[in-house]
Amino acid sequence: MTTKPELMKRMVKGPDGLEFEVDPLRDYYCEAPPTVMPGAYIQIVEDFFNWARSKSLWILGFGTGCGAIEMRPLMTPRFDAYRFGVAWRPTPRQANLFIISGYLSTKTLKRAIRAYEQMQNPKYVIGLGSCTINGGMYWDSYNTIKKLDEYLPVDLYIAGCMPRPEALLAGFEEMKKIIRTGKAEGANQYAENFAWYKANQKRVIHDWDMPDYNW
Amino acid sequence: MDFDWMKIPYAFLTVFIVVNYGFLMGALIQKIGARAGRRHGIPIWQYYLDVIKNYGLRTSITHGVMFYLGPVFRLSGGVGLLLFMPVIYGSYMFSNFSFAGDLILALYFVFFGTLGMALGAGESGHPHAAIGVTRGLQQVSMAELPFAMAVFSVALQYQTLSITEIVAAQQGGMMNWTLFTNPIAVAAAMLAFLGSMMRPPFDVFIAPQEIPIGPPTEYHSSYLALMQTNRAIFPVAKIVIYMNLFFGGAGSWPELFVKVFFLYLFSAFVGVCFPRFRVEQSIRFFLVWAVPLGVLSIMVV
Repeated sequence: MTTKPELMKRMVKGPDGLEFEVDPLRDYYCEAPPTVMPGAYIQIVEDFFNWARSKSLWILGFGTGCGAIEMRPLMTPRFDAYRFGVAWRPTPRQANLFIISGYLSTKTLKRAIRAYEQMQNPKYVIGLGSCTINGGMYWDSYNTIKKLDEYLPVDLYIAGCMPRPEALLAGFEEMKKIIRTGKAEGANQYAENFAWYKANQKRVIHDWDMPDYNW
Repeated sequence: MDFDWMKIPYAFLTVFIVVNYGFLMGALIQKIGARAGRRHGIPIWQYYLDVIKNYGLRTSITHGVMFYLGPVFRLSGGVGLLLFMPVIYGSYMFSNFSFAGDLILALYFVFFGTLGMALGAGESGHPHAAIGVTRGLQQVSMAELPFAMAVFSVALQYQTLSITEIVAAQQGGMMNWTLFTNPIAVAAAMLAFLGSMMRPPFDVFIAPQEIPIGPPTEYHSSYLALMQTNRAIFPVAKIVIYMNLFFGGAGSWPELFVKVFFLYLFSAFVGVCFPRFRVEQSIRFFLVWAVPLGVLSIMVV
């Protein structure tokens, strides 16, 4: 795999005339792989947190495909997902639910991975639409990924092409049940099978120009 | 000077009451705003859940010391503001640590959190955070100017820098409130109030639709939870100052709750009625409308 020139180690001249060495991947990023984060030591505390997490789903406002258009009506008076404790956050740092809305081209996959990795544990992924399950109508496309599950740990799929906003609301309720039972441990699953996920991701992303894990 | 140790648990009690009131009132205002858009809006207990969830996140990453201290500064700005003024007039329990010159300290504390946030957001290294906090500081400093003038006007009017004495001077009926004895100062201060409440039309630096949410872009987990806690305390603390200076203070908790709610509602009403200003527009707005009022109020007194 070749590294892009801007990510190579090089000498840089600062504004004050001093020359110094820059190794972007080491200096600008943290390359430590993710670790499995255990829940709270006392089970009842963890259950309490899971209950709160299920009632406060913050979605990363990042639409990857045509499914993104089904998410917008949820903010409007007709569907009003805020009633269910669902809100949109514009930054991955604050979001804990990532909805891959529709087909995912390999170019967008790279951004999706970066965004997913910047979210904080525990984090959940919902695959919206048939495209995330088996490629859907893009089943023979050279440029989209077919099974989202091979690249990111998916907690829940909402099938359809496209699923209506009502289906999304039902999906949120289902997601809440999964979180409350403590089975939504996608982030830990990702950390456990990190090598497998990375190998899959690097198989389709040919110009890999970021560290292996984006903190 | 002898210190009364019993004041410390009372101060904790004040903070506890204000945090809960702030969470519930914030959600209620959010619901009222949603009703204006014909939605139902968030459940009334949503803010508690958000805060618990954010405290319960398992990972958090840091960008340096100031990144830690940003939310801490912000929270201490809110709590400090609350603790150094008389929350309930005439109550020994809830007069907290107010003293003769607390008005000056309050003016300082209103700004303190924003400054802490600027340092923290700068350290996070995210361009959105830096731009957002620059815009925020510009606007808040501009909004602070008419407020400071109104405060000087009130201080001149009552010839004191103690909030307790200012409240005392306003007792004995509604017509004694600064609102009626010095309406120009109150008008200037209320315009400044809109500018610092982080609601439309003056919330361009923190709006999710603009540069993604501005200063707190990089903040997450417990950092964000601390800031959310402050979002409950700080508006209430600030409104309590306004209430004390201009609206006769409060003699009991229910009176405080009602007055603070209506003052908060004022900014929410303006928020749902008017579109968002860009920063240079809002600065011009304050310069053209609020600052002359502030100058005038000082001259009249």
